[in-house]
Amino acid sequence: MDKYNLNNSYKAVVIGGSAGSFQGIVKILAQLPKTFPLPIIMCMHRLKHVRNGFVEALSIKSVVQVVEPVDKESIKKGVVYLAPSNYHMSVELGNHFSMSTEEMVNNSRPAIDITLGTAAYVYRDKLIGVLLSGANRDGGLGMKHIKDKGGLTIVQEPTECMIDTMPKAALALTKIDHTLKIDEIVEFLKELDKHYTK
Amino acid sequence: MVQDIDIADLKKITELVQGKYGYDFRNYAMSSFKRRMLRILELKNLTIESLLKKLSDQPSFIEEFLDELTVNVTEMFRDPGFWRIMRDEIIPGILLNHKTFKIWHAGCSSGEEVLSMAILLKEMGIHQDVQLFASDLDVNILEKAKAATYPIKNMELNEKNYIRYEGKKSLKEYYKEENGKAVFDKELMQNVSFRKHDLVKGEIFNKFDLVLCRNVMIYFNQSLQNEVLKKFHESLFKYGYLAIGSKESLIWCDVASKFLVVNNEEKVYKKIKD
Repeated sequence: MDKYNLNNSYKAVVIGGSAGSFQGIVKILAQLPKTFPLPIIMCMHRLKHVRNGFVEALSIKSVVQVVEPVDKESIKKGVVYLAPSNYHMSVELGNHFSMSTEEMVNNSRPAIDITLGTAAYVYRDKLIGVLLSGANRDGGLGMKHIKDKGGLTIVQEPTECMIDTMPKAALALTKIDHTLKIDEIVEFLKELDKHYTK
Repeated sequence: MVQDIDIADLKKITELVQGKYGYDFRNYAMSSFKRRMLRILELKNLTIESLLKKLSDQPSFIEEFLDELTVNVTEMFRDPGFWRIMRDEIIPGILLNHKTFKIWHAGCSSGEEVLSMAILLKEMGIHQDVQLFASDLDVNILEKAKAATYPIKNMELNEKNYIRYEGKKSLKEYYKEENGKAVFDKELMQNVSFRKHDLVKGEIFNKFDLVLCRNVMIYFNQSLQNEVLKKFHESLFKYGYLAIGSKESLIWCDVASKFLVVNNEEKVYKKIKD
């Protein structure tokens, strides 16, 4: 019945992705339950000099609101947050974001490791981490932090990825709870939703 | 290698630095502050204990510590759209009322933004009429800013930004290449006064027509942001402008109602009340 053995203790979902992940993200956001009970915090690799357009592109099909937060913005459930271009995005104790222009990490700013790692620190075992298709290793260490703090880890099925370097990096670094195709990730999130709306 | 630092250890560091040297990092944003500490431990090959010992026994280490702690990653003409707004709207707006005016770059880091402003003003033909003030708490980085000399590898990004800004020339016309470095024309910096200044406890030292503090307050928590914004408000003439980073906001702070949003995309505000 309950394929993934879920419960309603989770506080947030964090998603990382790079090359080849855009279509998957669009598909996930298009099929999310309308009143999804958790914040979804996303860090996607993106062009540094193109500030506009990404949120708009994701919003077209998304059933929930997609925003690029400003520094110190509070994190609310049911909202999808996208790390802005050319900033690292951290989750802070006190349930808000902070931005930074520190050195690139894994050649990336925003770096997925920073968003995932800080979310793991704040949400601990109440966090679900999802890592999708991508061409570098960013995000692997972040997934390890999530697992080490007792969170739940999911990577996109490497055979479905346009480029599987990113999920494979995570699989090599830590225990991944579920290796799923995009359709199964959607199914997972729908099942998670049911635990909160009952 | 140290993987993580406890809040209690971070507190020991900030209290030591505050008590012994007077720099107050207690209201810095936690996640980036922690990353800076981890970076220092790694770069200097230290543990928390040896860092604390070094800070308490070796006063000369503090400048090095500040230099690594503060984030000094910046670009010339970062956010080209911001610079176009400066050139096409904000500076002309100031010029309507003042032939000469003053600009403060608060937290100027290695000086790329000051240099961008100097080039903008030069291309507008008003370079002689504007006094620029550039401040930072890190004396090492102020020396770099004064030198206006950058690794040549940074110039590709700077040039790209400048092209998107739609400058009048090529950035190359403003610097000479020497030993792998881009050495900018000293004349650009002649109207710039550099000073060591700590935003957390520094005094208000002048009145300005434009204050730029972009991507500096992101390293502060909200209560410190609030205090610093009060100082900027006080440092501005009425109808002067304040520019912050594109992902920063004034909306939570006490002085918000004393400013008008001039450009929400590029986060430029105008002081409308004393």
